[in-house]
Amino acid sequence: MARATRHVGLPRWVFVPAAVGALFVVLPLLAMLDRVRWGDFLGLISSDSSVDALLLSLRTSAAATLLCVVLGVPMALVLARTSFPGQQLLRSLVLLPLVLPPVVGGIALLYTFGRRGLLGHTVDVLGLQIAFSTTAVVMAQTFVALPFLVVSLEGALRTAGGRYEAVAATLGARPTTVFRRVTLPLVLPGLASGAVLSFARALGEFGATITFAGSLQGVTRTLPLEIYLQRETDADAAVALSLVLVVVAVVVIGLARTRATP
Amino acid sequence: MSLEVRATVAERRFDVALRVGEGEVVAVLGQNGSGKSTALSVIAGLLRPDSGSATLDGRVLFDVGGAGRSGVWVPPHDRGVALLAQEPLLFPHLSALDNVAFGPRSSGRSRREARAAGERWLHEVGASEYAGRHPGRLSGGQAQRVAVARALAAEPRLLLLDEPMSALDIDVAPAVRQMLRRVLAGRAAVIVTHDILDALLLADRIVVLEDGRVVEEGPTAQVVGRPRSPFAARIAGLNMVRGTRDGDGVRGPDGVRVEGLADEAVPDGEPAVAVFRPSAVGVYRRPPGGSPRNVLDVTITELEPVGEQIRVRTAGLSADVTAAAVAELDLAPGTRVVFTVKASEVTVYRA
Repeated sequence: MARATRHVGLPRWVFVPAAVGALFVVLPLLAMLDRVRWGDFLGLISSDSSVDALLLSLRTSAAATLLCVVLGVPMALVLARTSFPGQQLLRSLVLLPLVLPPVVGGIALLYTFGRRGLLGHTVDVLGLQIAFSTTAVVMAQTFVALPFLVVSLEGALRTAGGRYEAVAATLGARPTTVFRRVTLPLVLPGLASGAVLSFARALGEFGATITFAGSLQGVTRTLPLEIYLQRETDADAAVALSLVLVVVAVVVIGLARTRATP
Repeated sequence: MSLEVRATVAERRFDVALRVGEGEVVAVLGQNGSGKSTALSVIAGLLRPDSGSATLDGRVLFDVGGAGRSGVWVPPHDRGVALLAQEPLLFPHLSALDNVAFGPRSSGRSRREARAAGERWLHEVGASEYAGRHPGRLSGGQAQRVAVARALAAEPRLLLLDEPMSALDIDVAPAVRQMLRRVLAGRAAVIVTHDILDALLLADRIVVLEDGRVVEEGPTAQVVGRPRSPFAARIAGLNMVRGTRDGDGVRGPDGVRVEGLADEAVPDGEPAVAVFRPSAVGVYRRPPGGSPRNVLDVTITELEPVGEQIRVRTAGLSADVTAAAVAELDLAPGTRVVFTVKASEVTVYRA
C-alpha cells in the first residue's frame, strides 16, 4: 500500500489555531508535570488508598470494557445491518450518554437499580444490593462508555459494507459463520479502537460513579475519585496520582495503536 | 429444468420469468437499469421480491406474495446458489487458498478437506501459484480467477455471474473468459453481461431485459442472428427498424419505410422488423439515382473507429465506411446525410 504524500498546500493561517489548540491540550499536562514532587513520587502513589484505587480502577474499567463489547457489538450490528421503524430514534437514545452529564447518568442509574428505584425491588428479591457496590462502579462506567464502542463499531461496519457478507452467504455460510469469519475480522480495527475508547472513558469516569456507587475505599473509590479527595488534603498526592492516570491512558492508547496497525 | 423463477419487484418495476435448463448457461443482456442485477439478487436470495416463486432442481427457493399463504423463503446460504460479482470481493483477511476453502469449510467439511478442495479449484482456474497470497497482492485478473474458484468450490447447483469481466483490463479479460468457458461447460449458470463476446462464447441461450421485462429470448445463435429487440440488434452490431409489415417492407413509427426480403410470411399490419448490416449501408451527401434502394435522411451523431472502418452513427442506425470516405464527404457529428441500402440486403421478419 503506497502512502502518497500530498502537497496540495494548506492555507498558512491554519497552522496558527492548530498550534494554539495543540498547546491548549499539551500545556496543562506539562504544568502538572512541573508540579510533581519527584523525590516523594513513589511514596505518594504507593499509599494503601492509592494502590487500592488504582487496582480498583483497572479492574472495573476492564470489566466495563468487556461488558461494552458483549453488549455493544450486537447493538452496533443491529443498528448498522438492519432497518426498522424508529431506528433513528433508538440510535439517538442509545448515544445519549455521550452528551449527558455523567452525574445525571448516575442519578438515572440510582433511580433504576437503587433500593427504591424502578428495578430496586426486583434486585432486592434476588438478594442483590447493587447501589454503592463495585458492581455499581462497573455499571456506571459501562453506561457512559458503551456509546463510544457502538459509535466506532457502527462506523466501521458501515464502511466495510455488506457486500463481503452477501458473498459469504451465497458461498453457504450461515449468519453466525459470516459474523465470525467475515464481519468480525473486517471490523476488528474498529472494534479495537472502540474498546480502547471505552476503556479510557471508563477509567476516567467520575460523576456517574460517585452518584451511583459512592466513594468507599477499595470498593467504589476509583482513581479519579481518589484524586479528587486527595486534592483537598494532599495536593502533592493528587498530582502524583493524576500523572499515574495519564501514564495508564497513554500506555493503553499506545498499545491499541500498535495492535490496530500491524 | 434446473431453475425456474418468476418474480416481481414493484419498486424497480421488475417482472421477469426465467428458466435455466439442466447444465445450461443463460446470458442475461440489457442496458443499465434493465433489471439484470435485480434478477440475480432475487435468485441469490439477497433481495426479497414482492411476489413470485422459484424452484432449483425441484426444490422451492421462495414462494412469496401469494394471497392467503404464509410463503416460503430459503435464506441465501441454504440455496446452493453462488454469486460471482463484478469485483472479486475476496475476503481481504484470508489468503487466496483460504478464500477458496471458505465455501467447503462453511458446509461443514474439515479444515484439511476444505483446503484440499481449495487447492483443486485453484488449479482448475490456473491460479495455484497464488494460493498463499493475500488478495491485496493479486492483480485484477488473478483475483477474479480466485473468485471463480471460490464460487465453484462451494459446489453450487447454480452459478450466478454478474458482469464478471467488466472490471478487468482488456488484455486479461480474454484469458479469464476462456477459463470461464472451460469451467462453465455443462454447468447451470446465469451470466449477466453487456458484452456480446460473453454471450457468444459462454451462453447457450440469451435473455434480453428491458425496463424490468423480458423482451426477447432464444438460443444464442438465433438472438444474435435474428434479433427482435433493439438492444439485441445493437449488441449484435446490426441495424434494426421496428414497425409493422407494409408490402415488401416495414413501416416504422416515424413513417420511415424500409424495403426488404421477407424470409417468413408476415401479414400486412403485423409487427415486424427490418434488419441490415452497417457495412451494407452507403453514405451520400445527396440522394443518388439508379437502382431501387432504401433512402433514409439522417443526421450524424457520432463517428467511431471499428476495425479498419469508421462507424457512422445516427439516432437509430449506423453505417460502416472507410476513413477515406469520411474525409471525402467531410462527415462530422451534426452533418445531414443520406443512408442508402439495397432491398436485397435487408431481412424482414416477425418482431
